[in-house]
Amino acid sequence: MSRTTLDLWVGFFVAVGLGALLFLALKVGNMASASSGDTYAIQAKFDNIGGLKVRGAVKSAGVVVGRVTEIHFDAEAYQAVVTIRIDARYKFPRDTFATINTSGLLGEQYIGLEVGGDIAMLKEGDTVKKTQSAVVLEKLISQFMFDKAAADDGKK
Amino acid sequence: MDNRVVGALRGLGQRVTGRIWRLGYASRFFLAILLHSGTSVRRLHLTIREIYFTGVLSLIIILVSGMFVGMVLALQGYDTLQRYGSTEALGVLVSLSLVRELGPVVAALLFASRAGSAMTAEIGMMKATEQLSAMEMMAVDPIARVVAPRFWGGVISMPLLAALFSGMGIFGGYLVGVQLIGVDEGSFWSQMQASVDFREDILNGVIKSFVFGIIVSWVAVFEGYDAEPTAEGVSGATTRTVVTSSLAILAADFILTAFMFTGT
Repeated sequence: MSRTTLDLWVGFFVAVGLGALLFLALKVGNMASASSGDTYAIQAKFDNIGGLKVRGAVKSAGVVVGRVTEIHFDAEAYQAVVTIRIDARYKFPRDTFATINTSGLLGEQYIGLEVGGDIAMLKEGDTVKKTQSAVVLEKLISQFMFDKAAADDGKK
Repeated sequence: MDNRVVGALRGLGQRVTGRIWRLGYASRFFLAILLHSGTSVRRLHLTIREIYFTGVLSLIIILVSGMFVGMVLALQGYDTLQRYGSTEALGVLVSLSLVRELGPVVAALLFASRAGSAMTAEIGMMKATEQLSAMEMMAVDPIARVVAPRFWGGVISMPLLAALFSGMGIFGGYLVGVQLIGVDEGSFWSQMQASVDFREDILNGVIKSFVFGIIVSWVAVFEGYDAEPTAEGVSGATTRTVVTSSLAILAADFILTAFMFTGT
C-alpha cells in the first residue's frame, strides 16, 4: 500500500477516534454544562443533611446555579457545614433561605435556595443564616404513626 | 526419597527464579524501548504504518462488538430497571458501565487478541527468519527500527479504539433503549449528562485505556522479541501474549478501579 493511502487511513482513524472522545465529553458527559467560569463560595450550616453529597446540585427556582464542593462536620456546634460554589452571574440576597430537598420520592438530594428581600447580596465566604434540614423519611413516618395512634386513643 | 524432595525443591526454585529473571528482562526491555523511541518520532511513517496495522484494521471488530455490547446492556438494564420503575436511568446505566469499565477493558481484550497477537507473530517470525540478526549486522538497531514503532503504534491506537467502543456502545444502547423499547429520549440523554462527569468518569476511562495500551503493546513486543526462533516457539509466544496480556489487563483494571472510584 502506498504511503499516501496509509496516511489517509490513519488520519481518518485518528479523527474518528478523537471525534468519539469529543462525543463522550460533550453529549454523554457534563462538560458542556460544567461551569468553568467565575464562582463564589458561601457556606450553610444544617442540623441534618440527609443524603446530600459533594458535587450535588444547588438550585434556585429549579435552575442549577451551583454545586456543593465540600461537606464537613462542625465538632463545636454539632452541625454539618456545607460549602457551595455559586456561579458568579447569579447574586442572592443576604437573607436567602437554604433548604435540602429531594428530587422525586427516592431521587438524589439537592440544595434549594429561596430568595429573600435583603438589599445586600451574599459575598464570597458568607454564611447563609436561615436553613432547613433534610426531611428524614423514617422520622416523618413515625410521627404520622404516633399522631394516628394518639388520635385513635382520643376517640375511645 | 531425599533426592526426590531435593529435586522437587530445586525445580520449584528454578521455576521461580526463571519467572523473576524473565520479569527483570522484560522491564529492561521496556526501558530499552523507551530509550530507543527517538526513531519512532523522527521517522514518523514507521509509527504511522503500525497505527494502520493495529488501529485501523481493528476498527471493524471494535465498532461491531461495541455496538452489540451496548445493545445487550440496554436490554438487560431495561429488564432490571423496570422492576424498580426507573427506566429513565437506562442512559446512565449504559453510559457509566461503558465509559468506566466495559469500554476500556473489552476494547483492550479485543485489541490484545486482534493486534497484540499479530505483533508478536510478526516480530517472532522476523527473529525466526533471522531478519533481526541481519539488521544488527547492518548496524540497524532492531529495537529502534522494529520494536519501538510497533509499541508506540499500539499505545496510540488503544485509547482511540476504547473511545470508539464506548461511543458506539452508547449509540447501540440508544438504538435499543429509545428506538426499540421506547424509553423517553429526553430523559435518556439528560439523566446521562447529569450523572456522567468528564473528569471523574470519562478521563479516568481514557487513562485506563492508555495504561492497557502500554500493557498489551509491551507484552506483545516482548513475547515476540523473546520467542524461540522456531515455528513452535512463535506459536507459543503468540498464545502467551494473549493469555498474559488479558490477565494483566484484568488485574490492572482492578488496581486502577480501586484507586479511581473509591467512595466519596
